[in-house]
Amino acid sequence: MGYEEVTQSLGKVVEMKNITKKFGDFVANDSVNLDVFKGKVHALLGENGAGKSTLMNILYGLYSPTSGEILINGKKVDITNPNVAIEHGIGMVHQHFMLVKPFTVAQNIILGREPTSKMSVLNMKKALKDVKEISDRYGLYVDPNAKIEDISVGMQQRVEILKALYRGAEILILDEPTAVLTPQEIVELIQIIKNLTKEGKSIILISHKLKEIIEAADFCLIIRRGKHIDTVVVSETDEEGLASKMVGREVSFSVAKEEKEAGDEIFSIEGLVVKDNRDIIAVDKLNLSVKKGEILGLAGIDGNGQTELLEAITGLRKVESGKIKINGEDITNSTPFQVISKKISHIPEDRQKRGLVLDFDISENTILENYYKNPFAKRGVLQYDNIKVYAKELIDKFDVRPKEETKMARNLSGGNQQKVIIAREVSNDPDLLIAAQPTRGLDVGAIEFVHKSLIEQRDNNKAVFLISFELDEIMNVSDRIAVIYEGKIVGIVDAKDAEVEKLGLMMAGGGNE
Amino acid sequence: MIETILNNLALILGTTLMYSTPLIYTSLGGVLSENSGVINIGLEGMMVIGAFIGAAIGYYVGNPWIAFIGAGIAGGLFGLLHAFACVTFGANQVVSGIAINFLGAGIALFLSRMFFEGATMTKSIPLDNKMPRPLNGVFPDGSFLNIIFDNQYATVYLAFFMVLLIWFFMYKTKYGLRLRSVGEHPTAADTLGINVMRIRYFAVIMSGVFAGFGGAAMSLAIVSNFRPTLISGHGFIALAAMIFGKWKPQGALLACLLFGGAQGLAVFLGQFDFEISSQLISMLPYVITIVVLIGFVGKSAAPSADGIPYEKESKY
Repeated sequence: MGYEEVTQSLGKVVEMKNITKKFGDFVANDSVNLDVFKGKVHALLGENGAGKSTLMNILYGLYSPTSGEILINGKKVDITNPNVAIEHGIGMVHQHFMLVKPFTVAQNIILGREPTSKMSVLNMKKALKDVKEISDRYGLYVDPNAKIEDISVGMQQRVEILKALYRGAEILILDEPTAVLTPQEIVELIQIIKNLTKEGKSIILISHKLKEIIEAADFCLIIRRGKHIDTVVVSETDEEGLASKMVGREVSFSVAKEEKEAGDEIFSIEGLVVKDNRDIIAVDKLNLSVKKGEILGLAGIDGNGQTELLEAITGLRKVESGKIKINGEDITNSTPFQVISKKISHIPEDRQKRGLVLDFDISENTILENYYKNPFAKRGVLQYDNIKVYAKELIDKFDVRPKEETKMARNLSGGNQQKVIIAREVSNDPDLLIAAQPTRGLDVGAIEFVHKSLIEQRDNNKAVFLISFELDEIMNVSDRIAVIYEGKIVGIVDAKDAEVEKLGLMMAGGGNE
Repeated sequence: MIETILNNLALILGTTLMYSTPLIYTSLGGVLSENSGVINIGLEGMMVIGAFIGAAIGYYVGNPWIAFIGAGIAGGLFGLLHAFACVTFGANQVVSGIAINFLGAGIALFLSRMFFEGATMTKSIPLDNKMPRPLNGVFPDGSFLNIIFDNQYATVYLAFFMVLLIWFFMYKTKYGLRLRSVGEHPTAADTLGINVMRIRYFAVIMSGVFAGFGGAAMSLAIVSNFRPTLISGHGFIALAAMIFGKWKPQGALLACLLFGGAQGLAVFLGQFDFEISSQLISMLPYVITIVVLIGFVGKSAAPSADGIPYEKESKY
């Protein structure tokens, strides 16, 4: 059965017809059609910058469409601002949470629609009661008196969903809801989505993660560069089918990589102890080594000391005890400058915070580590002509788009930002390349590129240390897999013999018997 | 002996209350503005204009309350100017504040010359037309309470009431909740249908009103006229008190009392024949301000969006 037949008998709650949105000359949405059905999950799939968020911001009244019309429950509506959207029962959970950090959960939920006794005095008792009522009804557990800054990201997301439900939302837009969640929280979220649809709510799920769409969605609208590509019934397709529609070509999920004998050990960590920001031991007598020509993957659930380990290696955090060596040289407690000069390169976890200076252009970002060297600087004066030539070279080689070296890093898509970082780091010809969450938030096309780059390093007989929360990525790319749990390596296995269940168990502290 | 100590203590407490009062009003103004996300360095200028308008109306009309309210309105107009620049046009809030400081001093001087025969000083208001002293003569002459409260003007008690009022507004009413949300995360407030611009306008205008009150509490109570040196850094001290008080009305109150206390101490010490020049002693409150700011404030607790203009169309 095709999409038409399956949806014939379903009630439409939202119809977006021929929506076009232009920003100047740029067409973000080009006659896109979207129907949302009662009690169903409709996914919105597309690469970064394909126009998914634009379409949803139109539905939520943050942008007004250049042309096209919107019908809610069969009636034509003009959604000029979020208030109108809320009145029509549309709620949106933004990718970057819209929560006031020092406020409590309950305060955030009621903000703008506060229950009051006379004279606008807040009635917090009623607020707490209301919050508890809806949170019980939909199985969204929260502590209404906790402050947002003290609760986990998963719970913050529940607060966002509650905020929409409190306003009587019947249609919930979830913008990249899993981008910030741990695997466990993702499972919980999918359960929440199921509870909500059972109660008759309709969900629009914006995502570029195919797995979740397969798991959670009923239908899927695919858009590419602003254009409406197709709407499919999810149960009648698979990940490959969705992916090729999304990027417009076949995408391989298995990473092509040849067998390769690893060389000598080049990088080692012995008995490393590092403390976190709260002064608690985060890395606990950790031992690890990486050989030439291999990719060592570090698997583990977020918060088991990966960040602190990474910061200790790269000179951003103090090592309490233990040794870090590269090429036999001790680099424990070196400065980042010294670490870089020892031929260690680093693709940081947070590309916007640590990977790039967002308000520098591409060319300036490519020389952040080498700005003082010839030919980029002569007698302390930057040589912009040479820098631009170098940047152009990298842009071509790593296919950064747009091909303008004067473009601000801020204005690049996530995938292209990552390409700039990889270009910079790989061009330093490092002996050890550390890649932390290198594909977080990227779409399949960009992920493919990142993985290729890592494998290329390995094939050039360099060492690669990959840290990722995505088990699939670790298993596809690595040669050996180390599992970290509570700051310790609880097991190292060959990627060839690795099994998901076993690794999953080790990641949860189940040991390696 | 004990009596002397008690009397001296009462004297210091009395001057503390007196000197704190203008700071309390003004720092409450700062609390309102900055919690809505608009930095207000212009408090000093708003205080100056408030002090002048208070003294001028006080002299010509003869009713201290009309003068006090007039001072608030004058400050509020300067607040409106600041809001116009910073909220509507997204101007740099520090620059706008500095401009307002010059403007306040300049306009006060100009008006003074215009209405007081070219003098830079307004004419003195007779004691009967100054702020009333509610507890004057209530306590027996020379008693501890008498020394503290006998000469305190109504503005002192009103200041404490205002702290309570602003605290209640900010933490117990829905508009207070909205005001704070706008200062912390304006985009979040906007997506919930809260009018960020309107709330910021309200907060900045009110901050001018309170700074105006602060100035009038000086010229209508502590002294009885306006002169160009009357407000010399008090607006900045109030701003510092607001920061020291972690952007909270109750915190600002305590900080103002501390600075008032330092001033009281300086006045008290000034009556002795020390081998220290009086100029050094009158530096004391300012030195304490700096020391306290360096030593005790710790991690800043400023509202996250303080000082950042809000643009509706910007992508997030």
